Amino acid sequence: MIKLFKVKEKQRELAENANGKTPIKKQSAGELRLHKDISELNLPKSCTISFHNGKDDLMNFEVTIRPDEGYYQGGTFLFSFNVSPIYPHEAPKVKCKTKVYHPNIDLEGNVCLNILREDWKPVLNINTVIYGLFHLFTEPNSEDPLNHDAAAVLRDNAKLFQSNVRRAMAGGYVGQTLFPRCL
Amino acid sequence: MAETVVQPSRSRDLDKLLLRPGNIIGANFDPGLELREDLAKYAKVLVVGAGGLGCELLKDLALSGFHNLEVIDMDRIEVTNLNRQFLFRFEDVGKPKAEVAAKRVMERVSGVNIKPHFCRIEDKDIDFYSDFSIIVLGLDSIEARSYINSVACSFLEYGSDDKPREETVKPLVDGGTEGFKGHARVIVPGLTPCFECTIWLFPPQVKFPLCTLAETPRTAAHCIEYAHLIKWDEVHSGKAFDPDEPEHMKWVYNEAVKRAELFGIPGVTYSLTQGVVKNIIPAIASTNAVISAACALETLKITSGCSKTLSNYLTYNGAEGLHTKVTEFVRDKDCLVCGPGVLVELETSVTLQKFIDLLEKHPDLLLSKASVTHQGNNLYMQAPPVLEEMTRSNLSIPLFDLMGKTVRSTLHVTGTTSKNDKKTSALRKLRIVFKGVDGVTDMDMAGAA
Repeated sequence: MIKLFKVKEKQRELAENANGKTPIKKQSAGELRLHKDISELNLPKSCTISFHNGKDDLMNFEVTIRPDEGYYQGGTFLFSFNVSPIYPHEAPKVKCKTKVYHPNIDLEGNVCLNILREDWKPVLNINTVIYGLFHLFTEPNSEDPLNHDAAAVLRDNAKLFQSNVRRAMAGGYVGQTLFPRCL
Repeated sequence: MAETVVQPSRSRDLDKLLLRPGNIIGANFDPGLELREDLAKYAKVLVVGAGGLGCELLKDLALSGFHNLEVIDMDRIEVTNLNRQFLFRFEDVGKPKAEVAAKRVMERVSGVNIKPHFCRIEDKDIDFYSDFSIIVLGLDSIEARSYINSVACSFLEYGSDDKPREETVKPLVDGGTEGFKGHARVIVPGLTPCFECTIWLFPPQVKFPLCTLAETPRTAAHCIEYAHLIKWDEVHSGKAFDPDEPEHMKWVYNEAVKRAELFGIPGVTYSLTQGVVKNIIPAIASTNAVISAACALETLKITSGCSKTLSNYLTYNGAEGLHTKVTEFVRDKDCLVCGPGVLVELETSVTLQKFIDLLEKHPDLLLSKASVTHQGNNLYMQAPPVLEEMTRSNLSIPLFDLMGKTVRSTLHVTGTTSKNDKKTSALRKLRIVFKGVDGVTDMDMAGAA
């Protein structure tokens, strides 16, 4: 290809700025795939999505979940999503921004959902993740605990768990921990 | 006969490749002194990364007769680099890798000029990359490879026959090593598979379930990840963990040790902590040397034509005995990054709404309910409702205006296609050309009419 380079280099030397257009950087493949995911979102009524950086930044967004059944009915829970340029090779990073008394979500907002870590596959998408999160509220699971105390209560005494959840969502203490009101 | 003495080059072997004809040669191979001089004078090579592979690459390329090299790297030299990144000395610790590497090679190899760039690859604009004849990668991350690949492919233009235009092809040579294993590959966008065509080659990253870390750790790595992912946030609310901050790493190590003691798990060490947190696999100097040699040779072959190139992916495994293999991967014809995309010709007056309607009838697309994005600008989104609302006003605006009045451009659409009565969702790349705009008297456009 050296002949080609030579021609190009000579052109530059002659300052022949013939076709002055410069190509613009393309979106990353991850961004394009995310664009597809987002444009095909089909969320249950209890989930809403918002893009705080406007319509052109899809890589960072927030999802609000308002469970319409189960222990957490009536609560409002905010999740932040951060998607990497190599999505879907890598799962989106999800954090729960609302402090919640939940066996699978710790007090720092880490979420134990298998498809966010060990079981993530590129065929999954944002819709699956949001449904997965939604599912955590309708079916909290004491077998994969991240909040050990909450898991133990759920396993041993469902009634107490129920009242702890209500107290936390109303903005009260469970044990030593104060939860913000999210009803 | 006015005899000019043939100056032997520094390398006799290089002359054997460049000055003599051969049988297994590349297209347009023209052996002779002029070729040797042209390589020195006109070939501009960018080396991305000045680490283990980068040091080897700069040395190998400089000794292969290239005179115009540039190197880009954002890192500074660390003590642990010195065993294999042989251009660096103890007194260089803390200095930018790119600058020291360039200086050292220039001191040792006369005639070569290496320009260092101490910055992130994203900091350079696209024009910077367009200047090089060829780009050689000595990187350690998928993200960085994917980025450079998308930059190189963004120069690629296709003619109306869906064949790449040779003058827009920016070849890449990619090297990578991990312990005793390595690969060298040639990416000629438009001709061989690009990085995204074969992204599936990468195994999924190993991620432990958070609840295992929190409840039932079984290995030293579990203890380290517990300290890194859970304990850190608990203690340092809001402060981000920085893997390059030794204090942070020390803290994680100490917490991991405590955790390991609690569960009676052996094996937590500081270097394992670094390894797990930063995903580091011990680097082997000889692997870097082997892979770099293969990459430098491919660079020489592509630029000079002195031999047919590797097609197109070489793997090397020196873990048990030695095994190398070359595999010819094939392109993904619908690749969003390097594929030609579907050519769509439009009048400048066509509105976005009209364009979306056209996609539904286009024989190669049959795409209904399309969402449209143009170089990071989301022109129209069918869902979710909040984005549909934000982009709805664009529907009545001519697409030509929405695309910044560029005559030829690429855009991406997603929507639903029907094939054999089955509806599937699709993401497609389109090559848009606006007809009847002044100044477009391109040959291949005339041919397409």
